[in-house]
Amino acid sequence: MTQTEFLNIVMPFKDKVFRLAKRLLVSTEEAEDATQEVLLKLWNNKKKIQEYKNVEAFSMTMTKNYCFDKLKSKQAQNLKLVHSNYEDNQTALQKQVELNDSVNWVGRIIEALPEQQRMIIQLRDVEEYDYDEIAKMLDMNQTAVRVALSRARKTIREKLTNTHNYGIK
Amino acid sequence: MVLNNIEKLLEKYENGETTLKEEQVLKNYFTSDTVAPHLDHYKPMFAYFSVSQQEQFTKDIPLKTKRTLNYKWIAVAAVAVLMLGFYLNQSFSNANDLGTYKDPELAFNEFSKSMELFSKKFNQGASTVGYLKEVDKGASTLNYLNTIENTTSIIFKN
Repeated sequence: MTQTEFLNIVMPFKDKVFRLAKRLLVSTEEAEDATQEVLLKLWNNKKKIQEYKNVEAFSMTMTKNYCFDKLKSKQAQNLKLVHSNYEDNQTALQKQVELNDSVNWVGRIIEALPEQQRMIIQLRDVEEYDYDEIAKMLDMNQTAVRVALSRARKTIREKLTNTHNYGIK
Repeated sequence: MVLNNIEKLLEKYENGETTLKEEQVLKNYFTSDTVAPHLDHYKPMFAYFSVSQQEQFTKDIPLKTKRTLNYKWIAVAAVAVLMLGFYLNQSFSNANDLGTYKDPELAFNEFSKSMELFSKKFNQGASTVGYLKEVDKGASTLNYLNTIENTTSIIFKN
């Protein structure tokens, strides 16, 4: 397989891989590294690529696993900055500024979701995959995907309503 | 009527029961300008989804076509070099073997020729050994020194 052939396969979903990685790892640089890593792994196993039924779904699963590994090793190495570690009296002002940028606010809400819900929101609402595909990528059954998705959507809506009403009620 | 529909869809959406098509309808509605005020807080959510959909991976992918060295082949090459080394070593040690004559007469001739050469050279060497006699002569004259010593000893005794 030549480089061009490989790129033709990979190009359509490389952005999706990147976005999923970013959703899980939050930092853009980390996500870029993860994407490179995943694509390189695919390239190194290019002989087997024809055997995969769905290269895209396979890559998404790979990305998920790679990001989980990254998160695990990070947690083992680094001290996590948790909000309970410090008290900030300026939150009111900060929140006001953040309110202006309510689109970013959604991003923050999603960041606060559990990893699985984050992934499902990403795959369904951003990348618009079928439930069937999502279930395959995440190795879950469809009902579980639906339940998690519904929970995530409700949480986002609730928090958005709260922030929306912030200062009013 | 449309609003009613949207509200129904939203409920289905939150329960995770909407199809991709219905979700597309919702997205279109909330990214348009005519959103009912009481549904305003959904707006950033769908806006966020369509914004993050456009994010792209810009870093280039370093695809290396360079094949990694296969250790199996390195081993094969090493063995080949070793065997070649042994082979060459053996053929060099064969260089001491000067060969042999098949025809006995020719062999005899060659042998006698080389023996003749050998005896000639030997005699030459032996004739130079004749000088050793001169050394003997010199040594015998040294014996006179003994007599000198005898006489001096006599003198010193007195």
